[in-house]
Amino acid sequence: MEAQEAMISVNNVDKFYGTFQALTDVSLTVQQGERVVICGPSGSGKSTLIRCFNGLEFHSSGSIRIDGIEVEEDSKDLRRLRQEVGMVFQQFNLFPHLTILENLTIGPMKVQKIGKSEAEARARKYLERVHIPEQADKYPGQLSGGQQQRVAIARSLCMETRIMLFDEPTSALDPEMINEVLDVMVELADTGITMVCVTHEMGFARKVADTMVFMESGKIVEVSPPEKFFTNPESERCRMFLNQILEH
Amino acid sequence: MRRILKKLHWMDAVILLVVVALGGYIATRIGAELNYNWRWDKIPNYLYRYKASEDAWVPNLLMQGLFATIRITIYSSILALILGVILGVARVSENLTIRMLARTYLEFLRNVPPVVIIFIFFFFLSEQLISALNMERWARGIARSENNEIWSFLFGDMRRFPALISGVIVLALFESAFVGEIIRAGIQSVPKGQREAARSIGMSRGQELRYIVLPQALKKVIPPLANQFITLVKDSSLVSLISVPDLTFKTIELVASTRMIFEGWFTAAAFYFVICFGLSMLFRRLER
Repeated sequence: MEAQEAMISVNNVDKFYGTFQALTDVSLTVQQGERVVICGPSGSGKSTLIRCFNGLEFHSSGSIRIDGIEVEEDSKDLRRLRQEVGMVFQQFNLFPHLTILENLTIGPMKVQKIGKSEAEARARKYLERVHIPEQADKYPGQLSGGQQQRVAIARSLCMETRIMLFDEPTSALDPEMINEVLDVMVELADTGITMVCVTHEMGFARKVADTMVFMESGKIVEVSPPEKFFTNPESERCRMFLNQILEH
Repeated sequence: MRRILKKLHWMDAVILLVVVALGGYIATRIGAELNYNWRWDKIPNYLYRYKASEDAWVPNLLMQGLFATIRITIYSSILALILGVILGVARVSENLTIRMLARTYLEFLRNVPPVVIIFIFFFFLSEQLISALNMERWARGIARSENNEIWSFLFGDMRRFPALISGVIVLALFESAFVGEIIRAGIQSVPKGQREAARSIGMSRGQELRYIVLPQALKKVIPPLANQFITLVKDSSLVSLISVPDLTFKTIELVASTRMIFEGWFTAAAFYFVICFGLSMLFRRLER
């Protein structure tokens, strides 16, 4: 009997930038609906790893399979893959020349080729979900950072992907705006979508994570459920890291 | 005005006086030494002349030239913009061959004098192309036909259409290199995150360029493109070398037949100045 294939399976992945090794022998499995939080010091390869999941970067060796699609450079499946995987960036990366509504509809209309009215209905639904339906006709520059990041989340949701990647979604935000974004992410976690978040927000991690991953120097050091991770981590490195960020 | 006058120092008055005196001296020397006979009164006749057979005022040499210059500038800037966008996109292409071809074209244009380039393009491209397309005969046909008003409004004297087209093509090819560099800079000024966001929602490279990168890039390159357009007005005088009947060419004709060297060239200079300065003032206002 064949077990259901994992949503994300990473096997022995190495990634080099020139001679610098960004990822070393990384293996990770994420099941459908699983919520994974990846943490670790900066430069540990967290972002690189999830950027390899939707082909913004490409691994040098090993294999990455996302929902049955092999991630490879110049692959014809790359666009299909990206339609399965949404991504939210640290710097939001909203399209400044388009209104909020257009930011949300351009993907569905141009990539998925759905009609304008359907795309707009979908966009409004997801704007509602991130609690800013009233901003639809503004431009990104007119919104606060927190609002922009929520729009970015809605933009990814509009593609109705099965997997969402978050690359330090709150790191560029002013402290008072972090919670509004995290609240949206917590609500999102309850919908059953597969989530992989790179974040230092440990409160959020405790609340939603099924699995915690700790990375350092391009290696996965520890993978454990949050109860164990926060109370009794196996590795000394991980314990030190947690002490540092949980201190205050 | 008051405030400007207040700022003037006595030194400024002296400098101005010296400049005016020098100018006056040169003018009188030219009059005395060259025995130059100023005939400014004749110039208006070369702008518009009265054509008795039609009982109407028609543009004469200088105005014909001015209109031709305006036409050439407009057409070649449109063509240069199209070519320039293609070139700019090619410069940042992922394909090495395309990138190298674009680079070669650009470096050739940048490192060879414009006059040489214009002759090369003229002899090897325009002339061959025009005779190959049988354009001469076609244009003459239109020139002889009855309803050629629209044609002559758009392209001037249809008998000179092939020359005009060569001028436009040559100038556009020449300017496209610079437009291309401006476009490339614009494309590269769009943050990398924009491309990543476009790709992460599944856009193809073409869609990414068309919907995300180019709209933002083009907005940023409007000011430098406006400057390049003014440069193009001035560079258009180079096409007189290949017998395109533009303002410079017509002025050469005028000067050759009437010996009104200063009057002719001063008038041409004034035309160029008014167009270019007017455009630059206009663009400055629009930028705000």
